Amino acid sequence: MDSILELSGLSKVYPGGLKALDDVDLTIRKGEIFALLGPNGAGKTTLIGAVCGLVRPTSGTIRAFGHDMAGDWRKARSRIGLVPQELSTDMFEPVHRAVSYSRGLFGLAPDRERIEEILRSLSLWDKRDERIMALSGGMKRRVLIAKALAHEPDLLFLDEPTAGVDVELRKGMWAIIDEMRERGVTIILTTHYIEEAEMMADRVGIINRGKLLMVDEKEAMMKRLGRTEAHITLAKPLVGLPPEIGRFPVELEQGGTSLCYRGGDGTGLGKSEVADLTKALIAAGIDYTGIDTRESSLEEIFVSLLGEGEGAA
Amino acid sequence: MISWRSTWSIYTRELMRFLRTAFQSVLAPVLTTSLYFIVFGAAIGNRMPDLGGVEYGAFIIPGLLMLTLLGETTSNSSFGIYMPRFTGTIYELLSAPVGVAETLIGFVGAAMTKSLILATIILLTARLFVDYSIAHPLLAVFYIMLVAAAFSLFGFILGIWADNFEKLGIIPMLFLTPLTFLGGTFYSIDMLPEPWDTIALANPIVYLVSGLRWTFYGSSDVDIWLSFGITLGFLAFCVGVIGYIFKTGWRLRA
Repeated sequence: MDSILELSGLSKVYPGGLKALDDVDLTIRKGEIFALLGPNGAGKTTLIGAVCGLVRPTSGTIRAFGHDMAGDWRKARSRIGLVPQELSTDMFEPVHRAVSYSRGLFGLAPDRERIEEILRSLSLWDKRDERIMALSGGMKRRVLIAKALAHEPDLLFLDEPTAGVDVELRKGMWAIIDEMRERGVTIILTTHYIEEAEMMADRVGIINRGKLLMVDEKEAMMKRLGRTEAHITLAKPLVGLPPEIGRFPVELEQGGTSLCYRGGDGTGLGKSEVADLTKALIAAGIDYTGIDTRESSLEEIFVSLLGEGEGAA
Repeated sequence: MISWRSTWSIYTRELMRFLRTAFQSVLAPVLTTSLYFIVFGAAIGNRMPDLGGVEYGAFIIPGLLMLTLLGETTSNSSFGIYMPRFTGTIYELLSAPVGVAETLIGFVGAAMTKSLILATIILLTARLFVDYSIAHPLLAVFYIMLVAAAFSLFGFILGIWADNFEKLGIIPMLFLTPLTFLGGTFYSIDMLPEPWDTIALANPIVYLVSGLRWTFYGSSDVDIWLSFGITLGFLAFCVGVIGYIFKTGWRLRA
C-alpha cells in the first residue's frame, strides 16, 4: 500500500526540557485508519501538531504526499484536515458560514453543493443557519469535522474525536469515521478509548512519553501479544498441581479451589489448550464445576506495554 | 504564491466579525467625536484664536481623526489575532496552507477597512459641527490608509505578544492614548513653551497628527516628508517584526 505520511526521527523538546516526541519513525498508508493510543501527555497531540503545522519539531523530517513539510508545506497542508480535541471555533458564527470559511481558507472556490453534502452527511443540514453556540456538544464536534472536511482532505487527523461524548454519540461518530474511510480518506485518530481503536483501526500505534513503543496491524498485535485466561473452578481443592497437567501454563489460586490458565497467543491456541486441559483434568479424575475463559483485550495489551515501558524507563 | 481565496476568506470573516458589532462600532466613534466637538469645538473653541489661519474647531479634526484611528485600528487588529489565540481557533489558520502574506493582507486589510469606515463616519460627524475643507483629499486618504496599515500591523504584533487581556489593553491605554493627546491633537506644538516644544518632537504621534493636518490644511508643525518617512519607517519596522514572528513561530506555534 502507498504511504502518504512519513515521519522520520521526529523529536520535539519544549522549552523547559519536556521531551514530547522522542525520535519517532512512523509511516501511514493510504486509506487506512491508524489509531494512536497513549495516556495523557504521551505525545499524541504533539505528533499531530507537528504534522499539521501547530508545533515546530526540534529535529526530524515529515513528508506528506511526497512533499517535505518543512519546505513544501503549502501543497502538503492543503490535503490534510484536522479535527482538534478542544471544541475550538467561533461560536457566534452560523454553521454553514463556519464550514464555508474553512473551505475558502484552504484556497478552494465556494461550492454550495459540496458544503450541503458535507452538512447532510453529518446531520447538520437542518442546523445550517444556527449559531454554533446554540448546538449541543456532539453537534459542535460534528461542525468541527465538517470544517475539517470542507476542503476535501485526503488525510484527516481526529484528535480524541469522542472525548467526553456519550455512548450513543460515540457510536454515531464511529459510523461517520467509517463513512469517511469508505470515501477513501486516510484517518489518524488518537483516543483514550481502547475499544474505539479495537473497533475502528486497521493499525495501532502505542505511544508513551514521546516514544512510539509499537506499531502493528491490530490483528497482528492481538495475535502477538494476546493471551487467553481461563479460570476453572474445581469441585475439590487441590494441594498441588498433578503431573498430568504439568505441561500446561497453569497455577492454583484461591487456596487450591481454582485453577488458572494463562497462555495462548491470540490466535485461538489458548482456547484449544484450555480444551486439552479440561480433557487432561477429566483423565486425571479431577472434577470441576465451572470454566470462565476470556481473551485479553487490546486494552490489556496496551496497559501491559505501557507497564513494560515504565519498567524500562 | 499567495492564495487570494484564502486571503479573501480571512478578510471577509474579519469584516463579518466587525459587522456583528456594527452598532457599537459605529455609534461609539460618532458619540465620542460629537462629545469632543461639543466640548473643544463649541464650548472652548469659540474662545480660541485661529491656528495657522484655521478655525480651532476645524484644526482639531485631523487630531481627533488620528486619536480614533490609532486606538480603533490597533485594538481591532490586536483583538483580531488575539481572540483566535485565546479561544484556540487559531489552529485552523496555522494548519491551513496560508503564510504570512495571506494572514497579514487578510487581518490587516480588514482592520484597515474598518478604520477607513470609522474615519468616514468621524468626518461626516465633524461636518455636523464644523465647516471644513480638505486641501489634499487624495493625499489625506492615502495618509489615513498608511497610518491604518502601520497601526494594524502594530496591533497584530500586540495581539501576538499579549498573553492576557490586561496586556492587550495596556499599550493602547497607557501609551497610545496619552501620546496622541500630547501629540498635538488639540494644539499646535508651536504653542508649547520651551523646552516642551522640543521635547514634544520626541513623541512619534506628533509626526502622524502633523502629517494628517498638512493634508487637510496645507500647513503643519513638522515637514510633511518627515511625517511620511516616519510613518513608512514604522510600517517597515512592523512588517519586519511580523516576518520574524512568522519565521520563528514565536507565540504562534509551540
